[in-house]
Formats: sequence, C-alpha cells, structure tokens
Amino acid sequence: MNDIVIRAEHVSKLYRLGVINHGTLYRDLQSWWAKWRNRPDPNLSVSDYASAKGKQSRLKGDIFHALDDVSFEVGHGEIVGIIGRNGAGKSTLLKVMSRITMPNSGFIGIRGRIASLLEVGTGFHPELSGRENVYLNGAILGMSRAEVRSKFDQIVEFAEIGEFIDTPVKRYSSGMYVRLAFSVAAHLEPEILLIDEVLAVGDVNFQNKCMGRMQEVTKAGRTIIFVSHNMTAISSICPKSILMADGKVAAMGDTADVIKAYLDRPEFGGTASYSVNPEDVDGKAVICRVAVLNEKDEVSGTLELSKGFSVEVEYELREPLSGLSVGMQIMMEDGYTPLVSLSDPELDVSRLDARPAGYYRARVKFPGYLLNTGTFYVRLGISSRFSIYSVAEGIRFDVEDNVGIIQMLGQQRKPSISAIQLPWEVEKVFQRNSEGVLK
Amino acid sequence: MTGHVTKPLGESGTEHWDIIIKPSGNVSGRLTAAWKYRELVWMFFKRDFTTFYKQTVLGPVWYLIQPTLTAITYYVVFGKIANLSTDGISPLVFYMSGTIIWNYFSACLTNNAETFSKNSSLFGKVYFPRLVVPLAVAMSSLVAFVIQLMLLLLITFALWLSQDGMVISLRFVLATPLILAYVATLGVGAGLAVSALTVRYRDLVYAVGFMAQLWMYATPVVYSFSQVPERYQWIYHLNPMTTSVQLFRWALFNSSPLPLSVCLANVAVTLIVLIGGLMLFARAEATAMDTV
Repeated sequence: MNDIVIRAEHVSKLYRLGVINHGTLYRDLQSWWAKWRNRPDPNLSVSDYASAKGKQSRLKGDIFHALDDVSFEVGHGEIVGIIGRNGAGKSTLLKVMSRITMPNSGFIGIRGRIASLLEVGTGFHPELSGRENVYLNGAILGMSRAEVRSKFDQIVEFAEIGEFIDTPVKRYSSGMYVRLAFSVAAHLEPEILLIDEVLAVGDVNFQNKCMGRMQEVTKAGRTIIFVSHNMTAISSICPKSILMADGKVAAMGDTADVIKAYLDRPEFGGTASYSVNPEDVDGKAVICRVAVLNEKDEVSGTLELSKGFSVEVEYELREPLSGLSVGMQIMMEDGYTPLVSLSDPELDVSRLDARPAGYYRARVKFPGYLLNTGTFYVRLGISSRFSIYSVAEGIRFDVEDNVGIIQMLGQQRKPSISAIQLPWEVEKVFQRNSEGVLK
Repeated sequence: MTGHVTKPLGESGTEHWDIIIKPSGNVSGRLTAAWKYRELVWMFFKRDFTTFYKQTVLGPVWYLIQPTLTAITYYVVFGKIANLSTDGISPLVFYMSGTIIWNYFSACLTNNAETFSKNSSLFGKVYFPRLVVPLAVAMSSLVAFVIQLMLLLLITFALWLSQDGMVISLRFVLATPLILAYVATLGVGAGLAVSALTVRYRDLVYAVGFMAQLWMYATPVVYSFSQVPERYQWIYHLNPMTTSVQLFRWALFNSSPLPLSVCLANVAVTLIVLIGGLMLFARAEATAMDTV
C-alpha cells in the first residue's frame, strides 16, 4: 500500500489579472497607443472592492495565486477527499491534475492510467443516439472502442435506459440523460480517478447506486481523488482528506481531523464577522461588531441554502442622535446589490426619534432560500439623513447547497439571485366536455 | 499519503512516472499522445459527419451546389468578361477543380480557427490531446472534397465523351492522394497557428475568412500560373497553395506543371507553417482554458 501513485511537488498556478490580456487585438493596440502617449490605459480594469478584499492575501501585483506551492502524495488504492471553501483552489488543483490546464511551476508525477470526471456527459451530442453517445463519451474519457463494446450491456443496464438506447438523447428526460452519462463514467476503469462533485446527480435511489458503485470500484484497488463541498459524502467515502485554503494545502490526514480543521479555521468565521475596539475609533456613532449567524446562532461564513440566517450588528452611540438608521447592503461579487435593508425605516416614524447614547445590538433575520448559492458581501452603515457616522465592510459569506437539495430535486440552480420558493396556486378552471366545448 | 515531501523534485529523481505534469511540454510528446488517441479522431469525425446529415435537409447536395455555382460564376466573370485563359482546359472543369481544392484548404483553415473557443466546454472538463480536434476537422472536410471530386470526375467524363482530350490516368491516381496530404498538412498547420492566436485575440476570427478570400486571389485558382508575369512569380514561391492547385490540374488534365523551384519553395513554406503551427498550438493548449 506504500506505492506512491501521485506526487505533487511545489505546484503553483498563477492567473494574471488586469491589463495583460484584453482578448482582442484592437484593445491591445488601444492600450499600447495610450501608453505610448502617456495617457491612462482605457482598458485598465477597475477592481471591485469587495472581490479585491476577499482575495487580497493571494494577490501579488497583478498575479493571483490560485495554487501556491502545493505538495502532497497519494498512495496506491487510497481514497482522498479534497475540501475547502469556494475559491480555495480545489477545482484548480483538479484541473491541473487532469491536465486541462498546466501549472506555472512545480511537478506532478502520476503512475498508471488516469481519468477525470469533472462533469458527467461531457461531449454528449443531442442529435446522436444513446448508443452513439456512449461510444463517443467513452472515447473522450479515454476508453478504447473495444473496452466500451465489452461493457456496453452493463452500461445500458446500470443506466436503466432499456430500449431507448437507440433514440437520440435530445428526446431523453433529464433523468435518463444523467443516468446514461453517469453510467458511462461509472464503468470507466482507470487506475486513478479524479471526481468533482458529480455524484450529486440524479434521484436519491440513483445516488445510492452510484455510491455503491464507487465503493465497489475502490475495492478493486483503484485510487480516487474526490473533490466536494458535501462533508457527509466526503466523510462516508474518503478515509483521508486534504484541506485547501487560499491556494495552499492547509491540512491533510484523517478525514475527521481535516473536517475539524476546516471548521476551526479562523477565516471560516473570520470574514463572516467584523469587530473593532470602540476605544480605537472616534465618532458620534461607531459600529463595533457585525456577525453573520447561521440558524443555530453560530458565527459562520458558510450558510446552508435551505436554512435561515441572521445578521447581528452592535454599535455605540456616544451622544443622542435622531433620524438614525442602520442600513445594510448585501452585494454580490460583481458589486451588484440585490438587497438593502434599513433597521429603522422611514415608514416607522417613531423609531426615528432621538435615540439616547449607549451600546445597542440590532439583529435581522433572513428566511432560507432568500439568497441563492454564491458569495455575498455585507456592508453596514450608520447614517442619518445628512451624514454617515460609521461604515463596516468586508464581511463575506457563502451560501451553499451542501445537502444537494437542488440536485436531489433533479433541478438545476435557478439563474436568479434568490432561490425563494413561492407558493403557487394551481387550479383547473375548465375542462372540455363530450362535445369538445370548454366548460 | 504522507505529510511533507522531502525528496528532491521528481524530475531530477530516478523514479518512473507514466504521466508527468510540468509547465513546459514538448511538441513530439504531444504528437505521440495524439497518435494514442486516434480512435477519438475517428469518433469526432463520425460525430460531425452524422450530425451534419441529421441536421440539414439537403445534406450532401450542398456540397455539390456550392462548387458548381462558384465555378459557373468564375466562368462568367473571369472566363467570359475578363477573358482569362484556362490553359486549354475546358473552363467549367478548370474553375471547378481550382474551387474544390481551394475549398478543402479553406475549410481546414477556417473550421480550425476557433478550435479552443468552440470546444471550450469540452476542453474545460476533460483532457485529451487537443490536436485530435483539428485532425478530425481535416477529416470531415475531406468528405466534402471527395463528393465534389466525384462530381468533377463525372463532368470531366461527360466532356471526354463529347470531345476528346481528358483522360483519367495513373498520374491522377498517384498524385491526388499526395496533393491532398499536402493540402491537409498546410491547412491544419495554418489552422493550428490561427486557433492558437485566436485564444489571445478573439477578433482575429473575423479576419480569417477575409484573409482566406484574399489569399485565394494570390493563388492560381481563377487563372493559370502560366499567365503570371515573371516579375510577380516570386510571390508564388512563397504561397504554398500554388503547388497544390496547379499540380491538381496537372494531375487531372495533364496541363502545364510548375517549375520545380516553386514546388520546392512551397514545400519548405508548408513545413515551416506546420512546425510553427504545432509549436503555437502546443503553447496555447497549456493555458488556453484559463482565458477562454
């Protein structure tokens, strides 16, 4: 069991931000012309405050370290989970290991045949029949034609497709499509398999079947690297894990310890809260503490899509102030603001009366599903009609669908900012009678 | 799994690895990798072929209409109005032969121009040697060429029945595959270079079609090489398509071949284009998915 099948040594991957590449020859010429005339570059990107703040530690000039000196080893037959929050470098690591993109420095050696599943059904063509797609997808994933042929019946049986195998996949239901796609992938038999959250597809029965298949495959002595947000899946499948944070390996070892390390990380709650010592700040009103709380009232930077959460703010008024309001703004990574809320709305006139000096705590509750999955930034300010007294920003949280509720329902992520479930009422109003008249 | 790597970098070690991921890859390694994936070239070719026929009503008829109408247009414009000589070859087949060989080159070039952006969803999710895609495109374009060649042979045969002169010879059978291989090499080479450049400069895609158009007029497609004044002939040494068009007609109709110097210069340019294209493509392949 001591044979090393993957060794990564000092792997780094950089992304250049800013002016280096504009994507069009015209803009490159424009920038060059402006530079030549000593004018400011018209194409210089104005970096968004929130996103710059979030990634500051990894930004060196224009260069963003997606992977920063990553080293690890994986032995033969091990099943290793890779965890970490959004943007920690998990996906980049997987892409580098699967040779989709090259590292800027470092070395990875791999022993044996490797296949990666970053998606199921890669290269499926809607016009082709199920059979043709199985062969095509198999070839794309690295299977030989003979290999696919020998496993073809198993693949079809596992996918529960039956006689539809010769129908173009554009006529398949989404469930059938995913089952067929997964089935091809499940019958891939490389020595090393890299998997990115593709298990979270299909209905619950099919998921269980897939998990069973995974365990079967690992008994056959295959090595698996599994990247996921889903802690339950990681802890049930992978005995060992690697924790990625800010492009670095933050921890590795037994999964239980790594998950604990993940939850204990300062940045895990750190960016979800903000605090200053009131003594250090001057002003009539000072925001002292802001925290994003999950439904158990724990400070948390990762919130569950289906669960409610709250934002708590503590502030000190050093003299009585009137017309005062705490305003909260929730922003997305691109700076768009889907939500603004005032603690003391102008409609509620009585609350705008002078408020005596003192230390206050205000709290606002959000229902589950209000915000869709993604990263959000919170900005809070105390202001009256005429002046702004104090501003707190740089608070960040992620809304994640760790339970996989969306995929379980066989749906895709809604393309909206809110994932709120609205109560639709459906009733049948008319029906055609025997004479064919709507009545 | 162990905690820290204390040994020196694997590249200096003596261990054997099946796959080595390092910042710089080598071109020959990529070529052998593409050869290992030759089944995938065939699968992509089959996919393009089948979906083309499933999606279009007229299917292969398009392949016949396009060169016929083009040849007729050239016949009217360049043959009748401009009165350009066709080297004693019947004008319709003269223009058609030029058109179909040019079309094959232009298809290899323009269909490969957007390799990375068109396949980004595929390239972003799974690894295989990217060279597989341009090779499959060159194969798919060959189908159109073969269908058009059949039509051309049919017309040639009909003309031969009505008058005399043109015979399918051993020369044609031997030379045509060589000429095709040459055009494919050139088209894929140029396509690789362009596809690598469009990763960085996306607006270049629009220029490719237009440049191909201009390039055609610098190639003896609508006229014969023999009509080119001597002081301009150096251009044709640099234009590698000269050889393929002129020799294709020579293979078909036994018209005047080319001076050997032009052929040799053209082959040299083609090799340079191919090697340059492979190098640019290998470089683009490593990081294309970060930008597309």
